[in-house]
Amino acid sequence: MKPKAVAAERMLARGDQIQVVQLMSEPRATRTVVVSNPQGLHARPADQFARLASSFKCKIELVKENERVDGKSVLNILTLAAVQGTQLVLEAEGEDAEAAVAALAELVEQSSEENE
Amino acid sequence: MKFADFVSVKAVNANLEAEDKEEVIREITSSLLKAGEIEESQYESIVSAILKREELGSTGIGRGVAVPHTKHPSVDRLVGTVGVSPEGVDFNSLDGEKVQLFFLLISPPDRPGDHLRALENISRQLRDDTFCRFLKQSKTAEDIQQLLEEADNNQFGS
Repeated sequence: MKPKAVAAERMLARGDQIQVVQLMSEPRATRTVVVSNPQGLHARPADQFARLASSFKCKIELVKENERVDGKSVLNILTLAAVQGTQLVLEAEGEDAEAAVAALAELVEQSSEENE
Repeated sequence: MKFADFVSVKAVNANLEAEDKEEVIREITSSLLKAGEIEESQYESIVSAILKREELGSTGIGRGVAVPHTKHPSVDRLVGTVGVSPEGVDFNSLDGEKVQLFFLLISPPDRPGDHLRALENISRQLRDDTFCRFLKQSKTAEDIQQLLEEADNNQFGS
């Protein structure tokens, strides 16, 4: 049985009907992060983000206020002009969504002198 | 931020002849020198700073576009320009494609926000396929200038 189905059954056993609806679709994960790099999310961190995001199967989007972009595209990430302190929402949808969000959140939030 | 805020029109070049990464960076930086945007005594220092940045990871961001850049204390405002290579240059891009469109940026060290907003403008416009295609097809500096103006007037992209 697929992991998704197992999870769905477990939820059913718990009688959590509402959660099941979500589990029947692709797993999702969301995390709000704050850009810590003093230079903001400039070309290199954007490149690192897109590369890391691309290593996951799930769909990954970055949301800044009312803008939503593909997290696997450097070009799109750069359109956010996310300066230090910007709040971004990471949204992932797919089987490895949770792992992707955890890894990407760490990348955005690490105070990275070497990334300046 | 608009192109007009940081692109040196006099330095725009529609016919880059360089065939490799270092040469093309030198060629575009030379245009900025000839346009009077940077000081001659700073030329080598700026070129080597841009090359050093490239060593950390190519600024070839895909779709045939690169944004070579550096911070440099010799400029007191963001200076940039646009170059088009009809043949394309191997720039170790993320997607492995040759680069035809170059947006070179030199920023004062204490203005990371301006640099980000210039990148934002460039990337926003380049998301538009029409703008990208027209820019690649530019034959003269005037063609490029006109496209940049149209982009500034929101005739492309979002």
